[in-house]
Amino acid sequence: MVEQSAETTAPDDGRLRVFLVDDHAMFRAGVRAELGAHVEVVGEASTVAEAVARIAATGPDVVLLDVHMPDGGGRAVLEAMRRTHPQVRFLALSVSDAAEDVIGLIRAGARGYVTKTISPDELAAAVRRVADGDAVFSPRLAGFVLDAFAARPDAPVADPELDQLTNREREVLRLLARGYAYKEIAKELFISIKTVETHVSNVLRKLQMSNRYELSRWAADRRLV
Amino acid sequence: MTQPPRLYRAREHRMAVGVAAGIAEHIGVSVVRVRIAFMVLLGLSGLGLLLYAAFWAVVPLRPGDTATPPRRDVAQLLPFVVIGLVVLLVQMQLFDSVGVAGTAGWLVAIIAVGAGVIWHQSLPERRWQNSGSLPLPWLSAVVEETDRRAFVLRFIGGGVLVAVGIIGVAAVYSPVQNMDAVINGVIFALVGLAGVGVVAAPVLWRTFNQLRSEREGRIREQERAELAAMIHDQVLHTLALIQRNAADVKAVQRLARGQERTLRNWLYKPTASPTERFAAALEQAAAEVEDTYGITVEAVVVGDRETDERVGALVAAGREAMVNAARHAGVQTVSLYAEVEPDQVSVFVRDRGVGFDQETVDDHRHGVRGSIIGRMKRHGGRAEIRSGPGEGTEVRLILPVSGNGSTAERDR
Repeated sequence: MVEQSAETTAPDDGRLRVFLVDDHAMFRAGVRAELGAHVEVVGEASTVAEAVARIAATGPDVVLLDVHMPDGGGRAVLEAMRRTHPQVRFLALSVSDAAEDVIGLIRAGARGYVTKTISPDELAAAVRRVADGDAVFSPRLAGFVLDAFAARPDAPVADPELDQLTNREREVLRLLARGYAYKEIAKELFISIKTVETHVSNVLRKLQMSNRYELSRWAADRRLV
Repeated sequence: MTQPPRLYRAREHRMAVGVAAGIAEHIGVSVVRVRIAFMVLLGLSGLGLLLYAAFWAVVPLRPGDTATPPRRDVAQLLPFVVIGLVVLLVQMQLFDSVGVAGTAGWLVAIIAVGAGVIWHQSLPERRWQNSGSLPLPWLSAVVEETDRRAFVLRFIGGGVLVAVGIIGVAAVYSPVQNMDAVINGVIFALVGLAGVGVVAAPVLWRTFNQLRSEREGRIREQERAELAAMIHDQVLHTLALIQRNAADVKAVQRLARGQERTLRNWLYKPTASPTERFAAALEQAAAEVEDTYGITVEAVVVGDRETDERVGALVAAGREAMVNAARHAGVQTVSLYAEVEPDQVSVFVRDRGVGFDQETVDDHRHGVRGSIIGRMKRHGGRAEIRSGPGEGTEVRLILPVSGNGSTAERDR
């Protein structure tokens, strides 16, 4: 167990309130030190159960979530929190960049995915962007999405109408994968930054519903079936 | 006082398993007489055979003889056939082949021949290797898993024995000429077999489970050993190097980056041959640039395909672009993006470094013109370079390809 002395339950200034979930105490300490100047770290947790309880208690803006943990990992935390605390946003922060981990967490509802080698400034920027409601796509994540949506005649496609990315979304993803920032994409495609963000959010929405189970639940929720 | 000489089965002068020869040697009469005695006893409801079998089972082989395993000899099969036939003949002569004795005679004959065949088919050196773990050495011929032929033979032999046994039970205990009775007998025999199966099942299942868990444990142990070897060979050595070069930031970053890539590939990625697959070749080129220049290449490769000469040229041009970015851009990170589409393969190398004005590059500098633009042109592709002072550089390499050989999936 790690001391929770810095844990607070109410915001004291305008800074973002961030919660860390990772089973490695060393890594939590490192992130806390790196992010301390930019945001307020309101709590830490090392297990799924602890994370669920403390996130509910502290109500942070953004949760930095590790993928691989004992007893279920980041996905279990996401699934436990998503219904009860929709206002909490999750940013996956993992050492693994295996496609199934990345896509799995995004499908479970994470708003972005960055690897642990990210620089402190970039991490702070990513946290801020997720808190503002945008998605954070690393070049690698964009590559995975393009891979997943690439035209494969033999792969099962749940629903072409909902599943396929539009050409514009694909273009935006390609530029993301090439290492362009949102601002540069906007300039390249002659669209506004807001439009770029909308495209990225649409990709995320499609990702989260890109299997049959999710789709049918989504349809049932909206009384479409 | 000396030990009385013990009775052993002999290896020399033997026909079947050396019982007769052993006895003859022990009591000091000729082998032929002992064999005749067995044959005579054979007439008394097969007593000779039973005695022979009993001797075979309990009399050990002469120690020291095991050093020279017997050679396989077809002639040794003969006695079994002879014994079976003799038993049959004698039974037919004495009992007219009816009733219990007749059936038993058939059974004994079949079992004798079957056992002889199994014995003969098992490899000579295998007959004795289990003698330490089994109560009776020759059991190894029955329980040991040998090659496929022996298995088939045993399966058929066992099946015949079971069938004969069931029919025998039915015929002996319901000698009426009533098919229902025979069928009932068969059914009861099957019930008996099922009972044996039920009784034996837990033991078999437990043995099977034990074997499986043992095997799983062994595999786990093997994986652990492999991981330990990997960590020892690479991670610990890298950490030691980092400690010794702690002051040299570049070296530390290069070591850490290289080690991270190695571990990542080891953990998450099935490796492909860089000489065969495009993605593997490009990633290898990126890794080489990373190691040589101490920078980070963020490689994203979508799709994959086989390489050929033209795709190899594309990889080489991409590598040259990465090298240029590493040497001239003055940045720590270079983005590499490659996409394989059905009709073209594209590679993008981008940095956010100092950039340059293409007009001012001297004519005698061949890096860009020859290695990138010229190479792409020669192979039917094209290269675009977008750069400006302070804006960073992006090199775009496009290679049109025909549809075949291209795959959109990462089936590496």
